[in-house]
Amino acid sequence: MQALDVLLKGRNLARLLQGLWVTLSLSLAAIALSVALGLLVGMLMTMKNRAIRAFCRLWLETIRIVPQLVLLFLVYFGMAKAFDIQLSGEASAVIVFTFWGAGEMGDLVRGAVQSIPRHQTESANALGLTRGQVYRYVIIPQTVRRLIPQAINLATRMIKTTSLIMLIGVVEVLKVAQQIIDNARYDALQAAVGIYGVVFFLYFIVCWPISLAAGRLEKKWA
Amino acid sequence: MDWTFIQRFTPMYAEAALLTLRMGLTGIALSMAVGLLCCLAQHYRLPALRQIARAYIELARNTPLLVQLFFLYFGLPKVGVRLSSETCAVIGLTFLGGAYMAEAFRSGLEAVDKTQREAGECLGLTGLQNLRYVIFPQALATAVPAVCANVIFLTKETSVFSAVALADLMYVAKDLIGMYYKTDEALLMLVAAYLVLLLPISVVFSWLERRLRYAGFGRAA
Repeated sequence: MQALDVLLKGRNLARLLQGLWVTLSLSLAAIALSVALGLLVGMLMTMKNRAIRAFCRLWLETIRIVPQLVLLFLVYFGMAKAFDIQLSGEASAVIVFTFWGAGEMGDLVRGAVQSIPRHQTESANALGLTRGQVYRYVIIPQTVRRLIPQAINLATRMIKTTSLIMLIGVVEVLKVAQQIIDNARYDALQAAVGIYGVVFFLYFIVCWPISLAAGRLEKKWA
Repeated sequence: MDWTFIQRFTPMYAEAALLTLRMGLTGIALSMAVGLLCCLAQHYRLPALRQIARAYIELARNTPLLVQLFFLYFGLPKVGVRLSSETCAVIGLTFLGGAYMAEAFRSGLEAVDKTQREAGECLGLTGLQNLRYVIFPQALATAVPAVCANVIFLTKETSVFSAVALADLMYVAKDLIGMYYKTDEALLMLVAAYLVLLLPISVVFSWLERRLRYAGFGRAA
C-alpha cells in the first residue's frame, strides 16, 4: 500500500512510465535494425562461400558465448578507452543489441530457409513456375511462417535484456524505480517491495502478450 | 597492454570465475529440479498444481532476471526478509531457469508419440518401466538441445549478479576499471574469462547433441 501512495505522489508514476518508454524505444530501435540486418545476414549464412560462412559462424559463436552485459561494457567503456569514442549509454545499447540481434535473427532466417524441403522447389519447377514465382508463392510464404513466431520470441528476449542498460548508466524504468525509492526512503521505507514489484509486472505486461502471440502463431502455422 | 597488470590480477579473475561457476551450477541444478516438477505437474494434469506451474512459467519467462534480483535483494529486506547476495542470486537464477527448463522438458515429453506409450503397455511394461525404458530416453534426446541452450543462457545470465553485490567476473572487472583505470586489460581479461568458462561447455554440448540425435520413433518422418 505504501508503494501505491509513493507512486501516486507527484509525477512518480509518469516518470516510471517514461522510464519504461526509454527501455521500449531503445529495444524497438534495436529490434527494427536487427530484423533488417538479420534478413541480409541470413542470406549470407546460406551462401556456399567458405569465408563468408566462417565469418558468420564466428560472429554467431561470439554473441552466443559472450554475455550481453560484457558486450555492453566492451562498447561503453572499451571504445572510450581504446579509440577515444565517447558513446552515450543509449547509443552503446542500440549498437550492442543490434550486433546481437542481427546475428540471432540471421541464424533464425538461415534455419527457416534451410528447413524448407528441396522437393518444394522441385515440385514448383515441375509445375512450370518461373524462378521468381517459386520464391513468391512457394519459398517465401513458408519461410515467413516459420520465421515470424521465432522472431517474435527473439523480440521479447531483446526487450528483457534491455533491462541491463541501467548498469551502464541509462536512466530506464528500473533506475527510475530506484530513484523513487531512494527519495521516499525516510517516510515510506517499505514501498521498495511494491515498487520493484510494479516494475516486475510492467515488464510482464509488455512481454507476455508478445509471447502469447508468438505461441499462437506457432501453433497455427506449425 | 600491461601484461604485469594482467598477471597480477589473474588470480582475482580466477576466484571470481569459480564463484560464477559455483553459483551457476547450483542455480542450474535447482532449475532442472524445479523445471522437472513443473513439467510433470503439467504432463500429468495435476489439478491446481498445473495452473500454478503455468502461471509461474509465464511470469518467470516474461520478466528480466535483473528486475527479479532487485526485487529480492533491494525490495524484500525493507519488509524484513533479509537474504544474502548468494541466496538472492541462486533464488533468482532458479526462478528464471526453472521456467525455461520446464519448457524444454515439456517439448521433449510432447515429442514422444502416443503410440510409443501404447506399444510399451502392450508389451506388458508397468507404468514406471514404460517411463524408464520407453518414454524418457526418447524425451531426453529431444530435449537435450534445448536444455543445453538453457544451460549456456543461464551461465551467461550470471553476469548480472554483480548488480546485487556478488563479487563475480563483472564485478571484478568494474572494480579494476574504477581503481586502476586499466580498462583495456580489465575488459580483455573479462572476455577471456567468459570464453574459458563457456567455450568448453559449448563444444561439449554440440558433440552431445550430435550423439543423441536418435529420437523420433513412431513419428512420420
